[in-house]
Order: sequence, then structure tokens, then C-alpha cells
Amino acid sequence: MSDTVFEPKILGFLCNWCSYRAADLAGIARIKYPANIRIIRVMCSGRVDPTFVLSAFAQGADGVMVAGCHPGECHYVDQNYKAMRRYAMLKQMLAQMGLEDNRLRLVWASAAEGQQLAEAIEKLVADVRELGPLNWPKSWEENGHRLEAIQNIAREHAEAMEVPQ
Amino acid sequence: MAERVGIYVCHCGSNIAGMVDVEEVAKWAGVAIPDVVVARDYKFMCSSLGQQMIEEDIKKEKLTRVVVAACSPHLHEKTFRRACQNAGLNPFLCQMTNLREHCSWVSTDRLAATAKAKALVYAAAERVKRQQPLEPMPVKVNPTTLVVGGGIAGIQATLELADAGYKVYLVERSPSIGGHMAQFDKTFPTLDCSACILTPKMSEVGQHENVTLLTYSELEEVSGSVGNFQVKIRKKARHVDYDKCTGCGICIEKCPRKVIDHEFEAGLGYRKAIYTPFPQAVPRIPVIDTESCIWFTRGKCQACSKLCPTQAIDYDQQDETIEIEVGNIIVSTGWNLFDCTKLPQYGYGRLANVYTNMEFERLCNAAGPTNGKILMRDGKTEPDSVAIIHCVGSRDSRHNEGCSAVCCMAALKFGHLVLEKTKAKVYSFYIDMRPNQKAYEEFYQRLLEEGMIFVRGKVAEVTDAARQPSEEGKLIVQAEDTLLGKQQRYPVDMVILMGAMEPQADAKELGLKCGISCSMAGWYTERHPKLDPVATMTDGLFVAGVCQGPKDIPASVAQGAAAAARVMGMITKGTVMIEPIVASIDEEECSGCRICNNLCPFNAIEYDEEKGVSRVVTALCKGCGTCVAACPAGAITGAHFNNQQIMAEIRGALWDAAPEAKEEPAAV
Repeated sequence: MSDTVFEPKILGFLCNWCSYRAADLAGIARIKYPANIRIIRVMCSGRVDPTFVLSAFAQGADGVMVAGCHPGECHYVDQNYKAMRRYAMLKQMLAQMGLEDNRLRLVWASAAEGQQLAEAIEKLVADVRELGPLNWPKSWEENGHRLEAIQNIAREHAEAMEVPQ
Repeated sequence: MAERVGIYVCHCGSNIAGMVDVEEVAKWAGVAIPDVVVARDYKFMCSSLGQQMIEEDIKKEKLTRVVVAACSPHLHEKTFRRACQNAGLNPFLCQMTNLREHCSWVSTDRLAATAKAKALVYAAAERVKRQQPLEPMPVKVNPTTLVVGGGIAGIQATLELADAGYKVYLVERSPSIGGHMAQFDKTFPTLDCSACILTPKMSEVGQHENVTLLTYSELEEVSGSVGNFQVKIRKKARHVDYDKCTGCGICIEKCPRKVIDHEFEAGLGYRKAIYTPFPQAVPRIPVIDTESCIWFTRGKCQACSKLCPTQAIDYDQQDETIEIEVGNIIVSTGWNLFDCTKLPQYGYGRLANVYTNMEFERLCNAAGPTNGKILMRDGKTEPDSVAIIHCVGSRDSRHNEGCSAVCCMAALKFGHLVLEKTKAKVYSFYIDMRPNQKAYEEFYQRLLEEGMIFVRGKVAEVTDAARQPSEEGKLIVQAEDTLLGKQQRYPVDMVILMGAMEPQADAKELGLKCGISCSMAGWYTERHPKLDPVATMTDGLFVAGVCQGPKDIPASVAQGAAAAARVMGMITKGTVMIEPIVASIDEEECSGCRICNNLCPFNAIEYDEEKGVSRVVTALCKGCGTCVAACPAGAITGAHFNNQQIMAEIRGALWDAAPEAKEEPAAV
């Protein structure tokens, strides 16, 4: 690793049945991708507790990938849809915390899609490299998202309070 | 008490060591990671010497946890778990981390790869310390087997099992078993008659006391798991009473409605509205095609019903869904022919004398529409010249990238049959000849001697637009002869397109029902492409035949028998060990909110009204962990993937990221 280029640390939560095997396949096929990602195996993308993602960011991850089977192909019928819902929630939370939500990515990769997974990893690493290191206090100060996000909360609350006609 | 962790870093020859400084990783792990008492590297950890080393360390160093940093756990987790067990350590106290597939093979920078390897080892070490001893759960194996698909692979699997004394359900979608092989005339390279070798096997299946044959039936739903599957099968309405019908065939003879047979005769012949696909069909019970039957379409006729000697015709028969219980499932659903109209430049469907390979199989079959005479579409004239075009829709990035594996030999067989039966000249337009099995090359040599003309080159176009008087009334095959380096025009009378083998249109759908995944090309994925070719990632599910990838008859038969042997192994063993990776609910912590109840797609969580808590039915739980992640009270634990373990793994994987955030966070 050179000193000048920022090398982000990315954590990947990959489901046992599709994405972890896609990563295995990428290896078997000797497809190259940056060494920045460190992969953690879970049985299903539905196992990924939002706390895991936040905890990873809190402990110094610059980006997080959650990967599962394609919608409709989940080994556990439809649990990847639950991952999808949590992902939407997490994205919003990150923005509200003043973090770039682009640091978190949900990827679908079937066991045959080693190439696609490698490309997704490469893209995430490149995007996070561009964003720079995750710097909580600095992000809070500088990131324009923060104000916008707080205003969004107020707006959403107001909308939720409205009684539908 | 602190755990005593042993770290074992594998070189895998140069597979890992070539990109990762394994010696450095091991040396570092022994110093940097807390509670590590031994850290070693070794050439091949999975070798018996490597395993022995781990076993000895467990005993001598009193290790309580083991980390093997080597290849994918999908490859060798079992190996190392067994080694731990041999040394008296619970197998679930061993953790593998994937340095080969996920690190060395995908990296280009040795320094970066070594740093990544360290983080992966750290993560595994932190995790393994929190792992708990678990016991696999023994489950009895139901000795009955379901075979899906009655082609030659399925037939072979069925007979192997039935002959060994085990009950088999054979489900076939069409009215008869036999598959594509029943349509063939001759089989390469021996040229023995397909029907002569297939039909005895078919009738054996039909008469076997251990076989329940469910033809004209479809698999609806699979539930349960290895050893105990519950399967719903829909028996489509035949409109003929299975028990009353004797298969005399009077109904077929008397049926006044004739339709083109697009299935068995590939559109070249006719069948009746009540029919069996072919005379040797098993079972010989006909079905009524309600779309063409005069009674069903116009409310008249009833000839079959009036003339049936056993009153077996039942117009009111409805589809029926039956439920069966089996221990293992073999899927052998075969293939579909490429739709040759997708390549309009070859003229199929537009130029009369362009045939597909399946049409030609029927054309030269003695029981086919021309009684085995090779005639052109007019039904009278023998061709003077025939062109066979290889790789139609296969080895073509626009359609099927892969090779269909059988067409070279089938084309040689066609060439031989044309030369034997007619005086025609035969051209073969090939990209590469691939006769690569036993006695195949010899067959190719034989055809060279017999005078088949081989032109190396992909055909650009088949056209009827003549440029010279000699081309009038002919089909002109335009191709580059790449050995001559010249564009050539070959006027011929008949063209045969060697259409590709494609996965069944609903292969993916069926795969999802059973839990088998498909490759990018749509073939079922085996557990290991070399070492486990008939098992799948789902225990108790096996694949055989072309549904796993293009192959010829001998290979399909071998796979059918192999799948049956694997199933017999399971049956003989009697019990199967199921991984104890399931969820459990702490009733003390459960608030009874019931959020988890609806999350489970397997209905494995039930609610105890009396106590006001939810409970996991262990037998139904598949261990995905979605409920664990969703429980707001943190009352659900996912064995082997609990929060403490995953959080520790996260912390370990980021050991070098933020030094100040290293202390254990509060439990989630």
C-alpha cells in the first residue's frame, strides 16, 4: 500500500449460500479485487443486525458491504427482503448521523456471480476511497447532510402527525 | 479462565504462500493476538501430517480453541472439525478463515494481502474464543427416495435404488418416461438402437414392485430437510382412469382428431387427441389433450368413452395433489432444445428443408414419421446433399456460451446415417471437432474414411437466393473455410442445425422449490465441480444427467447411478447429523411482542399464549438468524452465529482500524 493513496477498510457481511460462495468463486477464478475488504460469513443477509453495521463504522470501518442472494432466490425463502428493509433504514440513519450513506452498500450476488461481486467490491472501495476516511467528529462539523437530515426528521414527524382524510 | 487458542496458517503449496507472507502471519499471530498459545504455518494443513500436528497440539498444549487459516470452510471445515474431534475437542470450537479464496487468489499486492490475512486471522481468533461447544442433532433418514424427471438419468437412478430394495417415487412431467433418449434412432458411437436399450429399462421401471411411477405429474412444493422431506405432487388430469385402463389402445385408434405432434415427433408427425407419446410408452395409459379433443372443445364426439371396453375414460377427472414423504431427492430434469428460429440467418422455420437435430432424429428413426427414410419436406425426395451445421446457439456469446458437448458426435452419427441410407454427399461445418470420450475419436476417423466432408468454419448464412444456375432450387450454405482461408458457397438439398442443449425453461423455478442454485448458464450447481459432482449445496438433494450440465448418455447414466449410490449411502447409514445452527429464545428475556413470529418463513416460531412468550420449534428452524437480528429484547440467540461471536469477529477484523475503540462494547 502506498502512503499517498488512502486505503479504506471495508467490512463485508456475506451470506453463506450465495455471496460467500460468489466470493469463493471469484477466488477460484482468480478474479482480482482490492484487498481492502474483510469478509465475515453470516448464514443469511437477514442475520445482519443493523447494530453490526453501526458497530463496524464505530470501530473504524470506512465502508460496509452487506451481500445476499438475489431477491426471490434466498436460501431461506425471503429473508433477504428483511435485509433490504434494514438497509433502507440504515441508509437513512447514516445520513441523519451525518455520515455519507454511500459508505454502506447492499449487493445481490448469486453463487455464480463471482465476477459481479468482485466488481461491486471494486466499486465500493473506489467510492469510499474518494470519500476519504470515516471521521466522525469531522463529518459532524463539515457534512451538510447533517442539517438536512435533521430537517428531514422534523418534516417526517410532521407528516406522520397529519391525520389522513 | 482464558481460552488457549491455536492458530494454523496453511501455505496451500504456493496458493496462499505465493501472495501472503504466511510465516509472518503465524509469527505475528503468536505475539499480537491475546490468548494465542500456538501459532504455526505448514505447507498443507489439510494433509494427514497437518491434521496430526493440530491434534497433537490440542493434546499437548491443552488447546481449547483452534483457528485454521486456509481455504474456504465450504471445502475443508469438515476436515478440521473432524481433526479437532479426534483430539477430543468439540468440532464447533474450530473456526476456519478463508485466506485462499478470499485473500491470496484475489489479491495482487503481497503487502496488502498479508495485512488482510492478519485481520482475517485476528477476526477468527476473536470469534473462536466466544464459540460454544455444540452437538449435531441426529435425524432418522426416510428410506424412500423421490426422483424428479424420467429421462435416462432418472430411470437409471430409480432402478439402482429399487433393485437395492428401496422404495422410489419417480415423477415425470410428460405422459411417459423415456425422455429425449426415447426419440433417438441410434446412439453414438456404437450405433446401437436407442429404443432397444432404453425400452427394457423403461418397462422394468413400470413393473418394479419398489417403484411408484407418477407420470403426467409435476412437483409442486418441497418442505422439510434432509432425511425427511415432505413433497407435494400435482397429478395432472389424464381424463383416463389409471386403474381401469388396460392400455389396449382402442381409444387412440378410434379418436377422430389428429393433431401435429410437437413434442415426441418434433412437429414432423401426427398424434391423436387422446394419445400415448409413442407406442412403447410407460405407462401405456393414454392422456387426453383437452385443447384439441373434440369433446372438450366442442362438446361432441365421446368416441373414446363409447368404445372403451373398461369404461376408463373420465372427462370430469380433475388435477389431484398428493403428498409424499421421502428422505432424499434426486433431480434429473434434463434439457430443452435451443429455439433455432432465434438465428434467422440459418432459415429455420422459413426454409422448408432446414431441420433441427431433434427433427432429424425423428426423420431417421425407423418408428418415425417417414419410417426411417431420409426424405425432404415433400415426403418423397431423397436429398442429394446434406449440410450439418454445428454449434447452433452453443459456443455463442449471444445465446449459450458453453459447448453442448454431444453435438459433434451426434453430427457424426447423422453423417453416418445419411451416408448409409442415401447416396447423398454430407458436409459438416464445424468450429472444432470434439470427439473426446472412449471410442469417439475412432468414430470420427471412421466418418473421415466413409467420406463425410468436413469444412472448418462457422456458417454465415443459409439462403435459397441462387447466384448461379447450379444453385437454382438449392439451399446455399455460405461459410468461410478457415483452413483454405476462403469464403465458399455450398449448394445442398437439406440442412441440419445442431441446436444447443439448454436448461429447462423452468429449471430455476424448480431449483428454488428444492433449494438448488443454477449457474449463470442455468444448469444446476453441484456441491463441488470436481469432487462432488452429484451432490448439491442442500443436503439430501442430488442432481443427475443434463440438468447439471450438457453430457451424453453414458455420462448421464453414470451420474444417475452415482446419485443413487449417494442416496443409498444415506439410507444405509440410517441417521444423518444436522448442524445445530438454530435459534433459541430465552423465555426470561422474551417480552412476547411477537415480532419474530411473522418473520420466520418456516413457521418455526410458535407463541405460547399462556406464558406470553414465543418459542422456536427446533426441528423446523433452518438457522438463518433473521429473528435473532430482529428481536428488540435481544432474547433470541442464534447458535454459532450469536451476537457476541459476530461482534467479536467485527472487532477482530478491524483490529488495526481504530486503536482507541478496542474495548468490548456492551452486549447488543
